[in-house]
Amino acid sequence: MTIAVTAPRKIKMSVIGPIVALVVLIIMGALMNPNFLSAGNISNVLSRSAFIGIIAVGMTFVITAGGLDLSVGSMAAFIAGLMILVMNTALPVMGIGIPIVLLGMAVALAAGLFAGMLNGVLITRLGMDAFIVTLGSMGIYRSLVTWLADGGTLSLDFSLRTFYQPVYYGGILGVSWPIIVFALVVIGGELLMRSTPFGRHCAAIGSNDQVARYSSVRVARVRMLTYVMLGILVGIATIMYVPRLGSASSATGLLWELEAIAAVIVGGTALKGGFGRVWGTVIGVLILTLIGNILNLTDLVSPYLNGAIQGAIIILAVVLQRGRKPGQ
Amino acid sequence: MGHAVTTPVLALSKVSKSFGPIEVLHGADIALHPGRVHALIGENGAGKSTMMKILTGYQPPSAGQVMLQGQPVSFADMGQAEAQGISLIHQEFNLADHLTVAENIFLGSELRRGWFLDKPAMRARSRDLLGRLRCDVDPDRLISDLSNSDKQMVEIAKALLRDTNVLIMDEPTAVLTRTETAVLLDQVRALRDHGTAVLFTSHKLDEVVAIADDLTIMRDGSVVWSGPANEMDEHQMAEAMVGREISTLYPPKDSTKGALALEVEGFHVPGFAEDIHFTLRKGEVLGIAGLIGSGRTETFEGLAGLRDAHGTVRINGNPVTIRHPWEALALGLAYLTEDRKTRGLLLTKGLRENLTLQSLHKFSNWMIDAKAEEAALNHAIAEFDIRGSRDVDVGSLSGGNQQKLLFAKTMLSDPDILVIDEPTRGIDIGTKQQMYEFIRKLASEGRAIVVISSEMQEVIGLADRVLVMRQGRIAGELTGDSATEDAIVRLAMGLGQTTILEGTI
Repeated sequence: MTIAVTAPRKIKMSVIGPIVALVVLIIMGALMNPNFLSAGNISNVLSRSAFIGIIAVGMTFVITAGGLDLSVGSMAAFIAGLMILVMNTALPVMGIGIPIVLLGMAVALAAGLFAGMLNGVLITRLGMDAFIVTLGSMGIYRSLVTWLADGGTLSLDFSLRTFYQPVYYGGILGVSWPIIVFALVVIGGELLMRSTPFGRHCAAIGSNDQVARYSSVRVARVRMLTYVMLGILVGIATIMYVPRLGSASSATGLLWELEAIAAVIVGGTALKGGFGRVWGTVIGVLILTLIGNILNLTDLVSPYLNGAIQGAIIILAVVLQRGRKPGQ
Repeated sequence: MGHAVTTPVLALSKVSKSFGPIEVLHGADIALHPGRVHALIGENGAGKSTMMKILTGYQPPSAGQVMLQGQPVSFADMGQAEAQGISLIHQEFNLADHLTVAENIFLGSELRRGWFLDKPAMRARSRDLLGRLRCDVDPDRLISDLSNSDKQMVEIAKALLRDTNVLIMDEPTAVLTRTETAVLLDQVRALRDHGTAVLFTSHKLDEVVAIADDLTIMRDGSVVWSGPANEMDEHQMAEAMVGREISTLYPPKDSTKGALALEVEGFHVPGFAEDIHFTLRKGEVLGIAGLIGSGRTETFEGLAGLRDAHGTVRINGNPVTIRHPWEALALGLAYLTEDRKTRGLLLTKGLRENLTLQSLHKFSNWMIDAKAEEAALNHAIAEFDIRGSRDVDVGSLSGGNQQKLLFAKTMLSDPDILVIDEPTRGIDIGTKQQMYEFIRKLASEGRAIVVISSEMQEVIGLADRVLVMRQGRIAGELTGDSATEDAIVRLAMGLGQTTILEGTI
């Protein structure tokens, strides 16, 4: 039954859906509040999107390769706590300056790499289910940060915080650092997903890991790398996040994992793996952030309903995704 | 046609089917009579599946009539057809893997006592139905633990339970061994004698000769021949299907053998194969015969690093250790799986992604060169004669084209030693001939080739030398004229036993 049917490449709902939703949100926002399109608000939205966005780019790879990582929120909190602790401890020795900030960043990256590797080893070498492993590590990191903070809040030394703050508030040509880093991560991620063997292998493993194995793809290594990469990106997001508030507590990064996963799915990546797109994830993150932003700027609906609207959007996104399956 | 006086229980009259602007079935007729076995044959893509889907209410016809007991009828869905006693057994099993045999047989029509399931009754009835099929599988076993042939028997038992008067089977013997096929054909005869109308498709023409009363041959969406089966012999059937003359199915064995490419000694695959030893030369085609379950596939999966295995392996005289598939590939050894749908190809991806998956490093430094990929796809389509649109998901290609793509994919990694497991499973005779030519050509290029096959004629026709496996060991080696079906069967069944299949096929 394979008579050549060259169906015209139809514009699929799953491709344009997220873009349409984003455009509609922007138009709505602009109509409701004139300040919505001001440079200040746009910069605010993008900066807020950056933390979840950087993590969500990594999550896109994990999910595309058929995995899942629930631990990223607590991982971020733990890394933030660890970073603050190390920097405060080193302060008397190193004094305020660029070296101590670099030390903190190195700690964050190393901790992210190690945490990602730990998830990856448990999942790929011991063959455990990603959901269970990361559910476990989620609990562990959340508990560790609470313990490090002794149930309270870990605060970066005040003078050190002032020195470090430009990493969140500063930038080049009026574009703040989080936005710049987010943009770089997105460009790198998009290239990696679309044009490298690694991205292709992620999609192959997610769509059928047996086929990938029989095709001599190094399945365990690719999977491992997705978790390591996500861990490092969590570290990067934390580096941007710590100077914003200068503290970490058991409430830091709460529900970030769900926001990141939601952004990935809203962006059109298949939850069961096999297909992923980084630019979609960016749109997903922007949609979720914009909903909160619009609710804050207008008094049409209570901002307390933010979660409800986000939830509805996520469900709608998955309903639209189902349309991609053939038949029935 | 003396039987034509009876009213067909189920028939199609001038039925056409279009998908969008493409008509895939052009005014086809078929009539199934009670108490007769009707064979439907044709190449992959000839329209057999569409015809069966229309007969069973899975798809409505675009034009023409479905006739039940002489009356026009239109089934809204499969359930309505089933209620009329029409059962379809799919080529791909339609069983719930995590349920037991009995639970599957009674799925949707469970026996009850009051509010609760009557498990003992269902178990007993299952055992009884399977007994009729001479299948002694325990009704409490999980489907996932069964062999393919046992799964097929469970499917048939399921159909038997539902008072079927029209049984339609899509390639029921594709995954069965000869012994199992013989049992199945016996069961089909028994059903026929009960007055059931049976329609089946098969690529194995000897089965058609053995069992069919009526025969319909399709080509390119039309019925090209229809009538009593005994008016056609195998050769005529093949020619009618292909639409041209088929001189010889197997290319001549002209290869001159080179140096030793592969030496295997004392090779073990725990749980599947023991003490395997053989050698393979460049330019040689080594056939591996044996029953399903004799450890053929597992031995070579072990060799390719897909399973835990140990033993001495030398490639081009150098001792090697292969623990992962990529290590095998780096040493020039590739294994082409028998299971193209779940292990060979990504069905939801396009041709290009599938083609280059195994050798992606050749298309990238750091970024993948999509133009080079497209060029490789053009080349593969031309070289391996892959037909159909190149912009579709691989899952919508016909079996034969999928197999050619899998072949092209493996060859793109340019292996020196190639293991091909079931090279022609579920593909039509025209494509088979092409596959045999590809394989011979590869051997003449100096590659060392292993062909694992359940079809004895294929092994004999294709291989320079045949190893027969039995219960995880090499039972014997046959070369030249000594490689006959009889000799293979004797070795595969254990020494001293003569063929038990006489008269059944």
